[in-house]
Amino acid sequence: MFSRVVKNLSPQCVIQARNMATLKEISVRLKSVTNIQKITKSMKMVSAAKYARAERELKPARSYGRGARAFFEKAEIERDDKQPNHLVVAMTSDRGLCGAVHSNIVRKIKHRLAEQPTGVSTKIVVIGDKARTMLARLYSKDILVAFNEIGKKAATFSDAVIIAESILDLDYEFDLADLYYNQFKSVVSYKTTTLPLYSLQSISQAEKLNVYDSLDEEVLRCYNEFALTSLIFFALKECATSEQSSRMTSMDSASKNAGEMIDKLRLTFNRTRQAVITRELIEIISGAAALKS
Amino acid sequence: MALFRSVRNIACLTRQCSRITAVNHQQRKGVADMAFTFGCPGEVFYNEAKVKQVDVPALSGSFGILPEHVPSLAVLKPGVVTVFQEDGSSSKFFVSSGSVTINDDSSVQVLAEEAVPVDRLDPQAVREGLAKAQQDVNTGSTERAKAEAQIALECYENMAKALEH
Repeated sequence: MFSRVVKNLSPQCVIQARNMATLKEISVRLKSVTNIQKITKSMKMVSAAKYARAERELKPARSYGRGARAFFEKAEIERDDKQPNHLVVAMTSDRGLCGAVHSNIVRKIKHRLAEQPTGVSTKIVVIGDKARTMLARLYSKDILVAFNEIGKKAATFSDAVIIAESILDLDYEFDLADLYYNQFKSVVSYKTTTLPLYSLQSISQAEKLNVYDSLDEEVLRCYNEFALTSLIFFALKECATSEQSSRMTSMDSASKNAGEMIDKLRLTFNRTRQAVITRELIEIISGAAALKS
Repeated sequence: MALFRSVRNIACLTRQCSRITAVNHQQRKGVADMAFTFGCPGEVFYNEAKVKQVDVPALSGSFGILPEHVPSLAVLKPGVVTVFQEDGSSSKFFVSSGSVTINDDSSVQVLAEEAVPVDRLDPQAVREGLAKAQQDVNTGSTERAKAEAQIALECYENMAKALEH
């Protein structure tokens, strides 16, 4: 299409117009890529600072989470996969540009829901807007409750309390529950794992519970509420650390890629500029030569 | 002759002594060590540490936990957790609420929602908080507000009691 338009104009105009338009295009592109590099560099620094803080807060949270899990591990509560009502809690956040952190969790959940055996119904509790938008397309009727405003500020115990309260207040009686979160391993790696959550019923039915002395209904209920909150808090901290480290590495590679693009564009820009100057010189000189002769 | 007898006595004594130390060693191995974990979401004070005794304020009443305590679960109420370390010294921490787990392998986990060493409590702030909580209880409009104020009042009262000791 462009070549057809070009044939109507005189040759000189055509060549000059094409080169100058390309020169301007390249400079516009160069400016925009430089801006993007500045943005990704600053995002990397911000997430590096947030990562340092999150990792610091993760250390006590890890011991806390281990302590909270100790009872459930030692009581050896049974988990039967064939029970009909399952609950899945997806822990992500509201913000993107952090690599594959959110999509890993959603992929595992989609896989589980697609492969669930007949007779098993699974409902979803979604933490963070990212998982909500990703799951809403296929499983919007299975999402029971969604939380947002996660990820902007560091997670506190009160956030975990709000989440735990609403899980326990759900009308849906679940037999089996899994919390999908990203376990932080190092700056460059994390692992998407599940944490088993237990309902009051499954704890009271555990055989080993008789070993534990002087338990009544009230104590068990309070204990379960607090344990659930502790586990959710632990998972929030792990997810936050994984997300910040992932964002740091992806913004770092984005800045590097932008840097490479800038180098290439600058070379092309200089070459094009020199070509334009050479063309102008040729025209002037050939015009002058034509006049002389 | 006397030398020979004394040498024999010494040999007997050393044999007896070694038997006694062997028995002691056995006794110490028999008592399981308490792996004590105590912390709050922001700070961990003890992580699988070996301590002699822990006193916790539970909803059902305060009780002390020694190694090989019967397995149990309990819920904390506002009060002071006292930890008696191996060397005899004790540390006090004020906790607001939380849970206590004693497992059958003698590991104890005390998870508090908020816990501070008692020497970090500021008496002035406690007095002010107590007065304000008292006011809130009297002027509470809804059931929920009254209940929240009552909880705050109980917490501050216990803090004041902890500071007195």
